[in-house]
Amino acid sequence: MARYAMVIDTTKCVGCMDCVVACKTENNVPEGFNRDWIAYETIGKFPILHMEIRSERCNHCDNPPCVYTCPTGASHISEIGGIVLVDYDKCIGCKACIAACPYDARFIHPDGYATKCTFCEHRVVEGLDPACVATCPTHCMYFGDLEDPNSEVSKLLQSRKYHVLQPETGTKPQIFYLI
Amino acid sequence: METKVTRRKFLQITSATFAGAAILASSNRVVENAIAAAEKKNGVVKIPSYCSICFWKCGLIGYVKDGKLWKLEGNPLDPLSKGRLCPRGNGGVGQHYDPDRLKAPLVRISSRGEDSWNVTTWDEALSYSAKRLMEIKEKYGPQSIAVFSHGPGGVFLKHTMRAFGVKNFTAPSFAQCRGPREVAFELTYGELVGSPERTDIKNSKCFALIGSHLGENMHNTQVQEFAEAIERGATIIVVDPRFSIAASKAKYYLPIKPGTDTALLLAWINVLIQENLYDKEFVENYTFGFEPLREYIKPFTPEWAFAETGIQPDLIRETIRELARYKPASFVHPGRHVNWYGNDVQRLRAVAIVNALLGNWNRKGAFYKPVKMDIPKYPYPPYPEADYEVVYNPNSKYPFAGEDEGLTQGVRSATITGEPYPIKAWVVYGTNLIQTMPNPAETIEAIKKLDFLLVIDVIPNEIAMWADVVLPESIYLERFDELNISPFRIPFVGIRQPVVPPPHDQKDGWWIARELAVKLGLEKYYPWMHIEEYLKYRVEAAGLSYEQFKKDGVILGNEQPIYVEDGLKLEFPFTPSQKVELYSTQLAEKGFSPLPTYERPPEPPPGYFRLLFGRVPVHTFSMTQSNRILMDMVDENEVWVNSDVAETLVLKNGEYVYLKNQDGILSNKVKVRVTQRIRPDCVFMYHGFGHTSKNLKRAYLKGASDSELISRYDIDPIMGGTGMNNNFVTFVRE
Repeated sequence: MARYAMVIDTTKCVGCMDCVVACKTENNVPEGFNRDWIAYETIGKFPILHMEIRSERCNHCDNPPCVYTCPTGASHISEIGGIVLVDYDKCIGCKACIAACPYDARFIHPDGYATKCTFCEHRVVEGLDPACVATCPTHCMYFGDLEDPNSEVSKLLQSRKYHVLQPETGTKPQIFYLI
Repeated sequence: METKVTRRKFLQITSATFAGAAILASSNRVVENAIAAAEKKNGVVKIPSYCSICFWKCGLIGYVKDGKLWKLEGNPLDPLSKGRLCPRGNGGVGQHYDPDRLKAPLVRISSRGEDSWNVTTWDEALSYSAKRLMEIKEKYGPQSIAVFSHGPGGVFLKHTMRAFGVKNFTAPSFAQCRGPREVAFELTYGELVGSPERTDIKNSKCFALIGSHLGENMHNTQVQEFAEAIERGATIIVVDPRFSIAASKAKYYLPIKPGTDTALLLAWINVLIQENLYDKEFVENYTFGFEPLREYIKPFTPEWAFAETGIQPDLIRETIRELARYKPASFVHPGRHVNWYGNDVQRLRAVAIVNALLGNWNRKGAFYKPVKMDIPKYPYPPYPEADYEVVYNPNSKYPFAGEDEGLTQGVRSATITGEPYPIKAWVVYGTNLIQTMPNPAETIEAIKKLDFLLVIDVIPNEIAMWADVVLPESIYLERFDELNISPFRIPFVGIRQPVVPPPHDQKDGWWIARELAVKLGLEKYYPWMHIEEYLKYRVEAAGLSYEQFKKDGVILGNEQPIYVEDGLKLEFPFTPSQKVELYSTQLAEKGFSPLPTYERPPEPPPGYFRLLFGRVPVHTFSMTQSNRILMDMVDENEVWVNSDVAETLVLKNGEYVYLKNQDGILSNKVKVRVTQRIRPDCVFMYHGFGHTSKNLKRAYLKGASDSELISRYDIDPIMGGTGMNNNFVTFVRE
């Protein structure tokens, strides 16, 4: 079975928010909310500075606390490449998943259910990259199957240094940041 | 009546486009089939067009689902976007759905500046506008009418106004933006930099950005190439008082003191010559005035420049040595918005000279020679003689101002003073003059002197709210427009055609221009009834298929040599010496220094900081702050303050303050951003915020307007650009 993951090259990312906008139109994300966002981390003192820029979203964890805390089974791991999804019909909007997610990746849609990044599952099943990956003008984002050793994501993780967000939480996140 | 005919025709045209919507070329058959299947399933149609959320004009594909605009993507056939739009491009959807956009023609019923309007019909608004313009022309002559126009949509309006006898055309793109760069390069090379810039970042081994914040200014192709350069490990040098996004990607970051860039450039020239690093063959064969330059540059050592710029002499040497090491595949980027200090041509001349010493003109990895699709013009009748001097540059006070884009502030001051002759009407298309020009108080003073102000725009921005008549244009996704024939690496032509119809009583710019012409009795200047006749004529005259063009959105021409490496011959026929003029004979002739001069900028008064401004990647000027999608990204600007300064002044991150400038102008409240990413002697703001039009409900009083704080501007004596980085601000608490 496939294991979908995203690899993001922080050395190329310019933090332009194109990924955020593309997600918003692709998925009709309501005004006032976004499913992905940009994080800047600056260390040092002017003018000797280092800045990491990251496009962040749901980490589609292998060990997802949101799924474990969901009382209705709405939050689940999809058969499609291990994508973490929400079945909106089952969701009661209790926000347990929001509290459990260490990445603050979820929000309650104005229609009352929890929602977040889906890795653009609807595109992925059609053989397309997620909207954020497909639009990025810096080509800093890669999407693919980690089970396939010849996929671009697998190769990048073999050849480049990377980190994940909050590994100490044990969530086994599937978004990898190249440094 | 005519409106209805046009509408019906429009619908016919769009349905034809829907039926013909094609799957775009893709190497992946599976993906194509999947998209085709999805389209069939979801009733999605795709229509190619080109973007207008900035001036870059990227090819796009509009996705319409169940008759409604869903999303935009880049057109993979388009050489500018290469299938990827920037955030603003993707966010263009928000322009279409903007609830605050202008919906119907408005005619003022109270005095200017008050928000009181009659919603009227197109016929009435156009008839009234034509009547007013004819009265003014009758009384004061056609010279008393000035047109401000920005963007490709203005082409037709300018055509109408030229036919009316108008000659005073201006755009902020010259005197508030690119002017000094184009003038400096034309003086030196006899050629412009142009837009898109002819910089070959894609193939460069080393380049320097001076204040040019790629990644924050999202000039799509350049940003894509910038990322490629990062990936290839190109040596990037960034010179900026602010640790920009680009600086964070650079191997060398030079945290220069604002206003001293020319000192750095002179030192770079000094090192290139003193250390014999320049391209001797190029200098010998293709340049004029090397010996005077060699003499002139001697005192401008890196040690001298250190005292001015604060950049260590070793770093100055190392960076220019890097540029020289990779020559000719290295360059200093000329930038884009370069009206900074009012002596900008001299600075950009220094940029042009560094490049000349690197021998990089028309060389791979530096500057390519742009090529353009040859599309014949439409055969219009000749315009009437306009036998008068342009108003904005009396007696050619600024000898190199040119007449292509004019001097906006020249029109403004003529409107205020009535000299050299009175200006009684402004016709403003697609440019919010209150924010694009420095010192809005002066713009408002000029507006108050006008007999008539006509504004054509898409949102109720500040300039629209000062107008006598406001004509609501359809946005770029809803209209046909002029062709995109940009100079680039490969010749191409792009179409703008409606993706969706306008939601209210908005009209296309070409229609407005044509109807106005009819009302002005100038119908003979429009032999075509509908713009598609015009477009079809031009495209077919170039031997291209109009049907194919509509279907693909872009047609590419044949590749041509764009580098010396491809066999291009180096020649400089457009300078007086027919060589690259290191020493500018033209400047000397007009009494300016023929070699680039450095002027030390004034220090901020105690307690004040130099005000710098720039771009945020999700907005274009002051044009996009009513766009709900883009406002969800960034909805106000902040004032960037160095952390140490903030500590001393006890300014907290996120607190609101007011800024007061040297002339006592007080800004709207603005959030403080405490950061290490800026020098202590300056502050920085994103441009375009602090809207004061109440009808921009999402943007009203969000953030502060830099334009308002730029009450001082220094005019470049060579070309008349307004240097806008010479203002100082201090913090005021509530």
